[in-house]
Amino acid sequence: MMEKMVFGRYIPGDSFVHRLDPRSKLIFVFIFIAAVFLANNTVSYALLLAFTLLAILASKVRIGFLIGGLKPVMFLIAFTFLLHIFFTKEGDLLFQLGFLKIYEEGLRQGIYISVRFLVLVLMTSLLTLTTSPISITDGLEVLLNPLKKVKFPVHELALMMSISLRFIPTLMDETDKILKAQLARGSDISSGTMKERIQAVVPLLVPLFVSAFKRAEDLAVAMEVRGYRGGEGRTRYRQLKWDWRDTTALLILLAVIVALWFLRG
Amino acid sequence: MERILSLQDVRFTYTPDDPDSRYAVDGVSFDMQAGEWIAVVGHNGSGKSTLARLMIGLLFPQEGTVGLFGDTLTEDNLWEKRSQMGMVFQNPDNQFVGATVQDDVAFALENNGIPFEEMTLRVQDALKQVKMDTFLDHEPQHLSGGQKQRVAIAGALALRPRLLILDEATSMLDPQGREEVIRVILDLREKTGLSVISITHDLEEALLADRVVVMNGGRKFAEGTPQEVFLKGEGLTALGLDLPFAMRLSALLGEQGIGTEPGTMTERKLVEQLWTLRSNR
Amino acid sequence: MDIALEQVDYTYAAGTPFQKQALHDVNVRIPSGSYTAIIGHTGSGKSTLLQHLNGLLKPTAGIVRIGDTQVTKETKGKQLKPIRRKVGIVFQFPEHQLFEENVLKDVMFGPLNFGVKEEEARTRALSWIERLGLPEGTAEKSPFDLSGGQMRRVAIAGVLAMEPDVLVLDEPTAGLDPAGRKEIMDLFYELHEQRDMTTILVTHSMEDAARYADHMIVMHDGTDVLQGPPETVFADAERLAQWRLGVPRTVSFQRLYEEGAGLPPAPPALTEEQLAAYLAADLRKGGGAS
Repeated sequence: MMEKMVFGRYIPGDSFVHRLDPRSKLIFVFIFIAAVFLANNTVSYALLLAFTLLAILASKVRIGFLIGGLKPVMFLIAFTFLLHIFFTKEGDLLFQLGFLKIYEEGLRQGIYISVRFLVLVLMTSLLTLTTSPISITDGLEVLLNPLKKVKFPVHELALMMSISLRFIPTLMDETDKILKAQLARGSDISSGTMKERIQAVVPLLVPLFVSAFKRAEDLAVAMEVRGYRGGEGRTRYRQLKWDWRDTTALLILLAVIVALWFLRG
Repeated sequence: MERILSLQDVRFTYTPDDPDSRYAVDGVSFDMQAGEWIAVVGHNGSGKSTLARLMIGLLFPQEGTVGLFGDTLTEDNLWEKRSQMGMVFQNPDNQFVGATVQDDVAFALENNGIPFEEMTLRVQDALKQVKMDTFLDHEPQHLSGGQKQRVAIAGALALRPRLLILDEATSMLDPQGREEVIRVILDLREKTGLSVISITHDLEEALLADRVVVMNGGRKFAEGTPQEVFLKGEGLTALGLDLPFAMRLSALLGEQGIGTEPGTMTERKLVEQLWTLRSNR
Repeated sequence: MDIALEQVDYTYAAGTPFQKQALHDVNVRIPSGSYTAIIGHTGSGKSTLLQHLNGLLKPTAGIVRIGDTQVTKETKGKQLKPIRRKVGIVFQFPEHQLFEENVLKDVMFGPLNFGVKEEEARTRALSWIERLGLPEGTAEKSPFDLSGGQMRRVAIAGVLAMEPDVLVLDEPTAGLDPAGRKEIMDLFYELHEQRDMTTILVTHSMEDAARYADHMIVMHDGTDVLQGPPETVFADAERLAQWRLGVPRTVSFQRLYEEGAGLPPAPPALTEEQLAAYLAADLRKGGGAS
């Protein structure tokens, strides 16, 4: 099941979008999220949709893969669409079936809100699909750097994030191993009453915690031996490079925003 | 010869407040010269890993002193001394800090404030020395245990240490991984003359060292060249250690009435003696 | 209880873009009462195969026969539990599965899950804790206060207390020191002999396979490439090398000796005692230079 999830997954590649600096991508997505709310008529929504499709093309991510993975979110979009259709009672009556009445404005609002939702989800998925989690962490660390002035632990937070990301596959592996070992000892998580099932989780959780603590302890020692003493005086090996692509991407976004401004009704 | 490590009557217990506490390391002394390779062997619980932790200041002895590169190790010079040492631990997964191979190797360099340009050179260089330079962007979950340990060694080497400590670095690996790691270390020693302390319960690995220190119950049980130490045969077996294959075979041959030179430790030397016996029969 | 795999395939994450075939067309038979060693290079499919032996994985094609039970793709989860009582697995680093507040409870966990009565489970647990050479008073201790080697023994006791007919061992001595390694392996061998327990050892150690097993299965690239007694398997060093496997040290020493002495290769010496006897016999043989 996890394997089919697209949201939050990274697919390595070498497209224009892949090669953007994580900082520009983060800034881009944040500004885009705000800009989406400028659209308020058919032309401006069409522009948003077209721009998003263009971004997908530039990322070379297969559209089928994106859509397939967005199924759970599609359900949400359909739901809001229907809500708008049934509860907006303005404009001309388009269609009537018993007590069900669909008005022109309802249909319009339904479509608008769905497009808005869709482009938001697509753009943020595009960010995670084309940027490795560790690059996102790097980008965030640099972007949040000014917060260090108010004693916000930016470096520590970023390190914590990157170590957690690094250990997710290790711990997933471990969970699988412990689960199988307990199954082999006759433990049964998938049947029984609610109480029995909760009890059956204990043999899984205790070893997982024990091992996670052990790993944390080992890791802390290994880091200390390698001279880690906090962010002070550290240099960075992972360098971020801002080049013409990044400036271009943000300029295009600016152009779209200006266009949206003039197109809105 | 420069003395790089010197332990003097080191005693350490994990429970100092308990008056009848057992000492994990109980009055151990030895010196190490630059360029030497020392193997510290002992069964699990003999105090050998505690000893390693004392050497790099993860623990401080209650009695005695640990000297490093001419000075006594203290809280004050700890970080400066550590920056001249590397240490590789047992579990390959739990010491991999970086997201990828190159990030992990760079970790100690970042901590020591090495400038970026210098870092890229050193990362490349260190990975070449352990033959992992084609794995720059690999993530740890796609590496074997032996590969991860080689990356860990590269991470230590990148700092250009004067002393490398391997704390059971091969004990969780499969035979192939073990061989990879040992080959890398042999290679390093030959090319760079690096000083190495390897903590191990594998006597075959100890055979490669210049000097062997055998630990038992927190004390030094024996010390000397592998030759001298392994001649204690029975004594070592009683400590739960295993003699090298050639020595075990010699003993069995002795029971069959076939005499070989005492202290034959390598298979090559043993088989040559047997060939001679055969042609003289 | 015989175990047999017939034309078994196994694919991980089947039907997704990340699918990976781990086993294909595996046909093996593990005779009842045998001590079978499964060897293979890392990634050869050994551990996937192991998980089929007690229904932790179901084949994506083919049949696994465990005694008179069959496991196929269609087998329901509920039907697998009785199999797991009969086939116990000691996983690699089994101490990671300990979770109870004391050793006794942890060892009783398996038997209780399989419906053994409380009193009986306690008796069994206590006797296995003793049998594994754990010091007195261990039963009441928390497993997390024990040394690594003792934790390993507790975990093994937990599997043995289920009193399975078949015992599967996945690198049971990894990380132990030589003395600990020998004690544990000797114990398994004793159980195999005394209780006629079918024993399956998955190992990287050719020495252990040679010393203890009477039957071997060689895995390579997701399928079985060779089955037979160790004498046969280790006789052909060249083929083993093709599968990135070696021979035991005894055999490599024997071949080295034979080569230098101009002797034709004799049947492989599987233990150090056998090797010493073989060498002594050859050296004592008269007639050479006399």
